[in-house]
Amino acid sequence: MANTLDQIFVLLKHWIMGLFPSALQPIVGVLLSVVAIVAVFPGLFALTTVLERKGLGRMQNRIGPNRVGPFGIFQPIADGIKSLTKEDIIPVSADAVVHFIAPLVLVVAVFMGFAVLPMGRNMQLVDMDAGLLFFFAIGASTEVSIFMAGWSSRNKYSLLGAMRAVAQMISYEVPLLMSSVAIVMITGSLSLVKIVEAQNQYTWGLPHWYIFTPWGFAGFVMFCIAATAETNRSPFDLPEGESELVAGYFTEYSGFKFALFFLGEYLGMFSISGLGSTLFLGGWSAPLQVLQFVPSWIWFFSKVMLSIVVLIWIRGTLPRLRQDQLMNLAWKFVLPMTLLNLFVAALWRFMGEGWLRWIVCSAILIAVYVIAGRIGMRRGDFGPRTYRYAE
Amino acid sequence: MSFVFWILAAITVAGGLAAVTLKNTVHCALALTAAFAGLALMFLELDAQFAGFAQILVYIGAVAILLVFAILLTRGAEEKTEKSVFSRTWFTGLVIAAAVFAVLAWAVLHSGAALPDHAGLPGPAPQVTVAQIGNALMGRYVLPLEIVALLLTAAMIGAVLVAMHEKGEPK
Repeated sequence: MANTLDQIFVLLKHWIMGLFPSALQPIVGVLLSVVAIVAVFPGLFALTTVLERKGLGRMQNRIGPNRVGPFGIFQPIADGIKSLTKEDIIPVSADAVVHFIAPLVLVVAVFMGFAVLPMGRNMQLVDMDAGLLFFFAIGASTEVSIFMAGWSSRNKYSLLGAMRAVAQMISYEVPLLMSSVAIVMITGSLSLVKIVEAQNQYTWGLPHWYIFTPWGFAGFVMFCIAATAETNRSPFDLPEGESELVAGYFTEYSGFKFALFFLGEYLGMFSISGLGSTLFLGGWSAPLQVLQFVPSWIWFFSKVMLSIVVLIWIRGTLPRLRQDQLMNLAWKFVLPMTLLNLFVAALWRFMGEGWLRWIVCSAILIAVYVIAGRIGMRRGDFGPRTYRYAE
Repeated sequence: MSFVFWILAAITVAGGLAAVTLKNTVHCALALTAAFAGLALMFLELDAQFAGFAQILVYIGAVAILLVFAILLTRGAEEKTEKSVFSRTWFTGLVIAAAVFAVLAWAVLHSGAALPDHAGLPGPAPQVTVAQIGNALMGRYVLPLEIVALLLTAAMIGAVLVAMHEKGEPK
């Protein structure tokens, strides 16, 4: 019974595929999975917009939307109708073709990232050998669309926001990839399905999730920092700083195109939370061995929603980082820590089983973190302000 | 030559042609990005998964961004006056392009002879996995890997040096 509930979507898909002639079955199977992804994640997006606005509202000591339904839960419907019926304004001097294509490229690229996430046992769209590499490659393509959006608007503030956003995203891509390389090293495979299966083992009822190891915990923290920066979420949302750049690179977008950008950003959040859950939190595996009767897809989506809640929480709590502070953090702190993390992961693997490796690896990571933090926090002498111009 | 190959070839060639004939430089950079995407899809169609994904990650994710940054930070994005996209020395350019094409075509058509188990006819494509690439990089080709790493470090240090102000120079 538990197994049937666990595989219920896979069984449903195979049953529908069976209704078609065998020549069409692969196409129908793929189409069904695609339709499921395109239906589920925008639905979660609608839920998340309400969650975010109510959550941020309560954290800022106000109520949030409460007019449209009980506790404002029908707000996304109102938002959807509004964005569909608003006039689509394109500035006269804007580059019409590029202005039109930019949100499409973003949404297509972000949806493609969902293809490799294992959302439950046997529930991934494609099982690629180089699945993780595919995910990161597609994530890198979103930067092009942000640049296109900012440049085609012919607006100084949009261009400035786009350049900042692209610089931030490139800078944080390196720590994002490097913190995942430690996982790949220990698992021995780039395939996300195998990474989850490697974490699906239990010792004394506790799972082998990578976050419960010293290098995995450090890697998770760095992955979170880099993921928050990649999706331009606060405290890294200077490119779309609402109090500074109006809306940054999507200032000149109205109506449905703005809704597409919004959708793309939130889906990017889901996608990278899904990846973080897969790599560090064990994907669809249950936290305790006794809880394995709960279906695997419930665990995956719970972990994703938990990550979303934490992201919203951080947004409401921390102040925004300045551009140079952001870049300094990426290149001078997170990147060296990821390199050290690789070394520690290799040490973990070659020290063999036992309690010694826990102590040694934790000690190295904590010592370097404290020392690097102390060096970084030392206040230099502040002299007269100097300016450096690009020439 | 399958149907998919012709579509991808059309995308790549169209992107390349657009990149040299469009007037607006940023449009040219975006058309070049489309050509990169076509190439990456061709790698994937040939089952070279790692090459395809690395092409997307490196070329579209980094090189294309570098190109547009370079265009924006220099004066390449300004609207120029009406100027033909064909230069005056087009005949010399055509001859050189034909010569390069001849050399590349010769190299590609004779490349079967370079494979270790050459039998004169294209056989089934070998399945190359990421694990094999990794083993080769860390085993047989570790010296080129280290030299390339050194070269990249030198390039980065050079870039920082070029962009840095010397001490004592008026800012």
